[in-house]
Amino acid sequence: MADKVLMKGNEAIGEAAIHAGCQCFFGYPITPQTEVAAYMSRRMPKVGRVFLQAESEVAAINMVYGAAGAGVRVMTSSSSPGISLKAEGISYIAGAELPCVIINIVRGGPGLGGIQPAQSDYFQATKGGGHGDYRLVVFAPASVQEMVDLVQDAFDVADKYRNPVMVMGDGMLGQMMEPVEFKERPKKELPEKTWAANGLKGREKHNIINSLFLKPEELEAHNNKLQEKYREIEKNEVRYELYNCDEEMDLVIVSYGTLSRICKNAIKMLKKEGINVGLIRPITLWPYPVEAFDKVIDKTKNGFISVEMSCGQMLEDVQLAVNGRKPVHFYGRSGGMVPTPAEIANKIKGIVGGAK
Amino acid sequence: MTVVFDRPKALLDVPTHYCPGCTHGVIHRLVAEVIDELGILDKTIGVAPVGCSVLAYDYFACDMYEAAHGRAPAVATGIKRAVPDSVVFTYQGDGDLAAIGTAEIVHAAARGEKITTIFVNNAIYGMTGGQMAPTTLPGQVTETSPYGRDVKTAGYPIRVSEMISTLDGAVYVERVSVDSVPNIIKAKKAIKKAFEIQLQGLGFSLVEVLSICPTNWGLSPNESVKWLRDNMIPYYPLGVKKDATTGEVK
Ligand SMILES: Cc1ncc(C[n+]2csc(CCOP(=O)(O)OP(=O)(O)O)c2C)c(N)n1
Ligand code: SF4
Ligand SMILES: [Mg+2]
Repeated sequence: MADKVLMKGNEAIGEAAIHAGCQCFFGYPITPQTEVAAYMSRRMPKVGRVFLQAESEVAAINMVYGAAGAGVRVMTSSSSPGISLKAEGISYIAGAELPCVIINIVRGGPGLGGIQPAQSDYFQATKGGGHGDYRLVVFAPASVQEMVDLVQDAFDVADKYRNPVMVMGDGMLGQMMEPVEFKERPKKELPEKTWAANGLKGREKHNIINSLFLKPEELEAHNNKLQEKYREIEKNEVRYELYNCDEEMDLVIVSYGTLSRICKNAIKMLKKEGINVGLIRPITLWPYPVEAFDKVIDKTKNGFISVEMSCGQMLEDVQLAVNGRKPVHFYGRSGGMVPTPAEIANKIKGIVGGAK
Repeated sequence: MTVVFDRPKALLDVPTHYCPGCTHGVIHRLVAEVIDELGILDKTIGVAPVGCSVLAYDYFACDMYEAAHGRAPAVATGIKRAVPDSVVFTYQGDGDLAAIGTAEIVHAAARGEKITTIFVNNAIYGMTGGQMAPTTLPGQVTETSPYGRDVKTAGYPIRVSEMISTLDGAVYVERVSVDSVPNIIKAKKAIKKAFEIQLQGLGFSLVEVLSICPTNWGLSPNESVKWLRDNMIPYYPLGVKKDATTGEVK
């Protein structure tokens, strides 16, 4: 077993990527994720790999496009306003079906917003962000250890499906220190990158990295192929945690990331008052864990509550998953305001009607 | 029978979509001949832009990328850093390189990226139907400068080669033209030198090629060549702007 080390979330992201065989990192400073780039600038040259500070997030994501197209494992990292700039490149990467890992340590928006933790990039991550019919796989870890594991998984999932994967956290996760372990990972069987444009080297036909399909029939066929892939991902890659969902419940919280930990504390507080609340914690924000709702829907008296550090972005997916079968409530803070367990517990008491 | 003229191996045997008389084709051929002569087809990776040469990935026989508008130098940077023993070139128009992609080209040059840029300056946005480019000359009529480019509101053309020459990371910068046979021969020499600079691992190289767009200039190919000579060359003087291998800076 590997030793446990105490690491800051942002630095753990970098080390996890190195463990996963990330060959190139392209970044640009922005709070609260700058330590990722700083860590990579220290470590990557030491292990004979590439760190480059780009002139902008636009350039960084296009460098990712270049390196990913050549068949190497590559990562970039940013925070909300920077991800907006990357949106163009992410769309091209999805269109050209290139594997890569994108980290978003979310801060409050819109605009320049603020630098405190938020979840207000949920729409951007799960519903597009860039133009066109494409999907990102989106992982949302809740602890530094889970961040380490998911960053490594992200490279495998990206390679398996030739698709960009986003790992989304917030400033809390980026800044907090927790003990982590870099576990021995079984070697994955992954498809060979025969499509990579890394020089003919004797290959007969040239490889082309491209997202342009001028003929409508061809573009539609390409889009249909992408959709088939997305259905495959929905079938295989859904991840979630069910917490305290075994018995009859007064309500089920739906919450992800660091906020889900605060929700667990609220659940413990409520339990002492005789109120039994469960938690669905989506680990993949896309594909969304719809099946988790089916598992608990008959056990919840008052339905569900989406608890977010955003103004109802995930709420829409909760409503879709519940599909009118039970009531859906909402509690959210934004702008970098982090709800306390008591705040969440109070809101829930208002819904379920105080102590039983 | 001796073959005196043939298709370079680095160009595929496919029809191109360029307008009759367009010099994009000539420039493609020069790049391909250089790749053949240097024997680097096996390790060359090209990056096509957004512009009339967007489909260049279907024409060159080496591995190819299609980049987002203006981003080719960043894409090329990613490729070269990932595969350092490759030869990477970008092929970009003036809208692509000198407007939307200004930051990417400047910083690739400043970093001394070991890539080669072929910069096709035709003083117009060809692909979108002839709008004003950053390189459009003062007074030049385009779809979006219908009264002629008015420098009071639209500012002045950018002399990209001169600008890039000021950067220490740029090792070789030359402006050439494909308006005549002697100039085409000079253009090929420049392109070859630019690739050699990369092969020697010296840094960034750029060749700006003055090129015609008969379709959007509204002129015949012959008239276009004359217009280039009379109007573009005086504003965009030909020659080596910088050669750090000889210490020459103009
Ligand atoms: C982000 C973005 N903006 C605008 C366009 C539309 N567009 C396509 S080609 C082009 C201009 C290309 O002109 P230039 O680079 O001079 O190349 P030329 O066609 O003249 O060879 C523009 C604006 C685009 N494809 N993408
Ligand atoms: S529009 Fe102009 S630049 Fe484009 S192919 Fe035609 S002549 Fe060439
Ligand atoms: Mg042009």
